[in-house]
Amino acid sequence: MRLKSPSASSLLMAPGLGWLALFLVVPCAIVFLLAFFQRGIYGGVDYVLTWENFARALDPLYLSILWQSAVLAGEATAIALLIGYPAAYAIARASQRWQPVLLVLVMLPFWSNYLIRTYAWIVLLNRKGVANEAMIDWGLITEPLSLLYNSGAVITGLVYNYLPFVILAVYASLSRLDRSLLEASEDLGAPPWRSFLRVTLPLSLPGVAAGGIFVFVLSIGNFITPDLLGGGRIQMVGNLIYDQFLTARDWPFGAALSMLLIAIMLLLLFAQALAVRRAGGERKEA
Amino acid sequence: MGLRLHLGLIYVFLYGPILLLMVLSLNESGLPTAWSGLSFRWYEALAENEAIRRAALNSLIVAGVSTVIATALGTLLAIGVERRRGSAALDALLFAPMIIPDIVLAIALLSFYFMLSFSLGLHSIILSHVVFNIAFACAVVRARLKHFDWAMIEASEDLGASALTTFVRVTLPAILPGVIAAALLAFTLSIDEFIIAFFTAGAGLASTTLPMQVYSMIRFGVTPEINALATLFLLTSFTLVLFAQRLSGRRGAFA
Repeated sequence: MRLKSPSASSLLMAPGLGWLALFLVVPCAIVFLLAFFQRGIYGGVDYVLTWENFARALDPLYLSILWQSAVLAGEATAIALLIGYPAAYAIARASQRWQPVLLVLVMLPFWSNYLIRTYAWIVLLNRKGVANEAMIDWGLITEPLSLLYNSGAVITGLVYNYLPFVILAVYASLSRLDRSLLEASEDLGAPPWRSFLRVTLPLSLPGVAAGGIFVFVLSIGNFITPDLLGGGRIQMVGNLIYDQFLTARDWPFGAALSMLLIAIMLLLLFAQALAVRRAGGERKEA
Repeated sequence: MGLRLHLGLIYVFLYGPILLLMVLSLNESGLPTAWSGLSFRWYEALAENEAIRRAALNSLIVAGVSTVIATALGTLLAIGVERRRGSAALDALLFAPMIIPDIVLAIALLSFYFMLSFSLGLHSIILSHVVFNIAFACAVVRARLKHFDWAMIEASEDLGASALTTFVRVTLPAILPGVIAAALLAFTLSIDEFIIAFFTAGAGLASTTLPMQVYSMIRFGVTPEINALATLFLLTSFTLVLFAQRLSGRRGAFA
């Protein structure tokens, strides 16, 4: 019945898909091609095929920036998961009536302006900021500390901005968890911590992976947080891409870096899909 | 008990910085630490700032137009997708604009416009914002359509109604809350969006949007006007998102 008129359905989808084809697929294809061309002498593009842009991305200078972004993004991801998981667990254990409210409260900041959420941390952490002044008032310190413009500030900003999504993703898999499995585990005499480690945690891993990948990818490609909270001292792949397009005018190299970013993202998503499928298969066999 | 305390601290972490900005925006002295009394003077300063007024108008134009286009296309797309058998490729395409890093979409669109020698300005920001807004609008309407009884369409068609009549009299009324929620969300996303607008606005101040204005202000340092502007931004987003949330039901597409 749903398939009664596939042509009507295609007609409905045509404008939206056309828009995405023109303004998403074609531009991404252009970036893909750009990555294989040479940079022109005056900052333009020479249409000569080359691998040079990717080779350059592996140059020690750029490799160290790539590595630094991966480390920062990894740290932000780990912290977000460590503090987000118990929060999601607490929401999943709350009464049914409260769960939607608690979730909306988690997600609300996520839908507000990213720049402003980041700016709030400048107000908190700068030398004359709220944190420093408060600590001086309480006599904890005499001189203001440099809380801003370092990797700690960048990680804090990333965790702050993406934590809601981690909580949402973990909650989604926890709320789907079959309670009878936990009861069975309890009936068989497992203490709560063992039930958690052997039942709850493994079954919530898809949510952990989804949330983790999201934080990692958006962090590694971030440009606003390192720019504003790192004060230009912390460079991440996002800043590098930004520079290639707006300052250095080396579009092919910027395009190659973008493709690397997308490749990392796709690889992670693919690994996750594979892991979820394998886990699903195992359960069916068992 | 420990879990609840943890959750409470998470809310303090999430809302503390935001609430701090709101309180500071009302501080007469404008200083982050010395409270000298309640005042709306920074909001007045904001209203008198010519650059901010122009940027606000630009943002409203961009968000308004891109919302209308994206909601219309996204709704049709959602109905089309839900009516047929699921396709992984289609789902991936509709998911892509939500997960692709902003900076990549921004440089891709900039390259695209450059290759076509397309002029940059408010119109190119609008075209660009529709891309991610279609995806979000489509997702919200699809969530609504999960509870839609497709037999109603068949009944309407069997009774001789044209496809258009069926859409206007049957489908649209049933999914209208979802469509409005999608529009509110699209508007919020567009009015907040910075990076893509920054790359596709072109040179000159004429097409500066409000987030672009905020960005250049932040780079100059902390000022009381930014706190006031930030508060307005936050309150607008919160209102629109809560409203969208109500409309799309308890378990909408976005938490």
